[in-house]
Amino acid sequence: MNFTQMIIPLNITKTISDWIYSIMPETAASYTIMVVIAVAYLLLFAVAGLYLVLLERKVAAWFQLRIGPNRVGPWGLLQTMADALKLVSKELTSTIKIDKFLYNLAPYFVIVSAFMAMAVFPFSKQFQAFDINIGVFFLIAISSIGVIGILLAGWSSNNKYALIGAMRSGLQTISYELSVGLSILTMVLLTGTLQLSEIVEAQRTGGWLILQGHIPSVIAFMIFMVAGTAETNRAPFDLVEAESELGAGFHTEYSGMKFAYFFLAEFINMFIISSIAVVLFFGGWLSPFGITENIAWFPEVLWFIIKVVGLIFLMMWFRWTFPRLRVDQLLTLEWKYLLPLNLMNIVLMAIVIWLNWTI
Amino acid sequence: MSYFSDIYKGIKTLLTGMSVTGGYFIRARKGAITQQYPDNRETLKMFDRFRGEVVMPHNADNRHYCTGCQSCEIACPNGSIEIIWDRAVDPTTGKKKKKIDKHIYHLSMCTMCGLCIEACPTDAIVWAPNFENSVYDRSTLTKILNQPGSSVLDGIED
Repeated sequence: MNFTQMIIPLNITKTISDWIYSIMPETAASYTIMVVIAVAYLLLFAVAGLYLVLLERKVAAWFQLRIGPNRVGPWGLLQTMADALKLVSKELTSTIKIDKFLYNLAPYFVIVSAFMAMAVFPFSKQFQAFDINIGVFFLIAISSIGVIGILLAGWSSNNKYALIGAMRSGLQTISYELSVGLSILTMVLLTGTLQLSEIVEAQRTGGWLILQGHIPSVIAFMIFMVAGTAETNRAPFDLVEAESELGAGFHTEYSGMKFAYFFLAEFINMFIISSIAVVLFFGGWLSPFGITENIAWFPEVLWFIIKVVGLIFLMMWFRWTFPRLRVDQLLTLEWKYLLPLNLMNIVLMAIVIWLNWTI
Repeated sequence: MSYFSDIYKGIKTLLTGMSVTGGYFIRARKGAITQQYPDNRETLKMFDRFRGEVVMPHNADNRHYCTGCQSCEIACPNGSIEIIWDRAVDPTTGKKKKKIDKHIYHLSMCTMCGLCIEACPTDAIVWAPNFENSVYDRSTLTKILNQPGSSVLDGIED
């Protein structure tokens, strides 16, 4: 790994890194900084994941004309913290005939792949842990590793529900990975780079990519949101953990903290899909029309968070509106509609760029 | 070209569904049907047809409508109602007439089936919306519905 690419220069982190370099030899210091960043990201996104769970419960309640959690803390803000504490303190039970090694390994696959993807996102100009020049490619690669964890969990549980759920997950991810990849590729045609920070910079002058690429961009965005929802195994594509058919699907046999890993990974994956969409279509941390560009103290990361929460809300809206698809409907949607449309869309985008019709 | 019209129709119907749920989301603050029960005990109003417990309404002069016909006692499938009655001389007509002494209602045995209220020919007993029926001593669940010193309203039997 190339250490020079590790940029961590938020002003606070700069003082910390200077201090660490001053008390340690260089190699030890760079490793220490890596550990510090890793711990900071872990804590940050664990808490972010918990609050996404709370948001989901609140939004679900409002969609169903309920009130939602409102007892623990003001407006129920500490509800998911309390839930997490409960899950940590619970006993880790399992059945006898499990494959112990794979059973214990599976949740870490899922959660680690989710956290790894977080590293490359440019939350603001300076807030990016790992700015590699193949960022988009890295994201597509990492996001498919999670499904290995799900397959392992289903297989090693030695339970028919878990196995069926895991196999459905494999099927679904293999199918929809194509659409995610191709719709991202459509946007990469427009930017001409795979580096996420440069994709954001490309939108500073020409406007957000969804405007630059107009019709093919909008189509790509719609396909990306559908396929992204499918990749995170959320309703209406939650065949994987269809509670009315499969108990809890692949994590039927998990309890306590291992269950919490799967649960948290689902919400972090939702965050990742929304973040990719924000970077590729909505200008990342750039403010709309540059309204806060000249305000030095304004935290750019706030724009990123606002956009991501907006897209997450869209996914929650999907979840609480649409009924679950059957397996054949799932495959029909991907192979007969999304994929051909996506290929046509790429050609359309290429023509648009070739004839310079971009805005 | 039904392929593209299918796509159009699909997107249109999905958006219709989303507009319905979106409307619910926006109205959630005003339209929330959740009752925050222990907090709103003072203002909580139960529904008209809610079956809490059987009561016997009395008017201002401590008069009720119960003639002691025992229809409710016969209608009750599990013996929740017992009527202790007597015969006394009616002062206006001078005839001997049936009147209730105690209308005993065992709330602990009642299944809220409502057959007694349907059976009552004079609507002397009705449902009350009171649902906080838990007590520390089960003997308090045996209630005497007619108030002490009350009597039947004149002319109910006619």
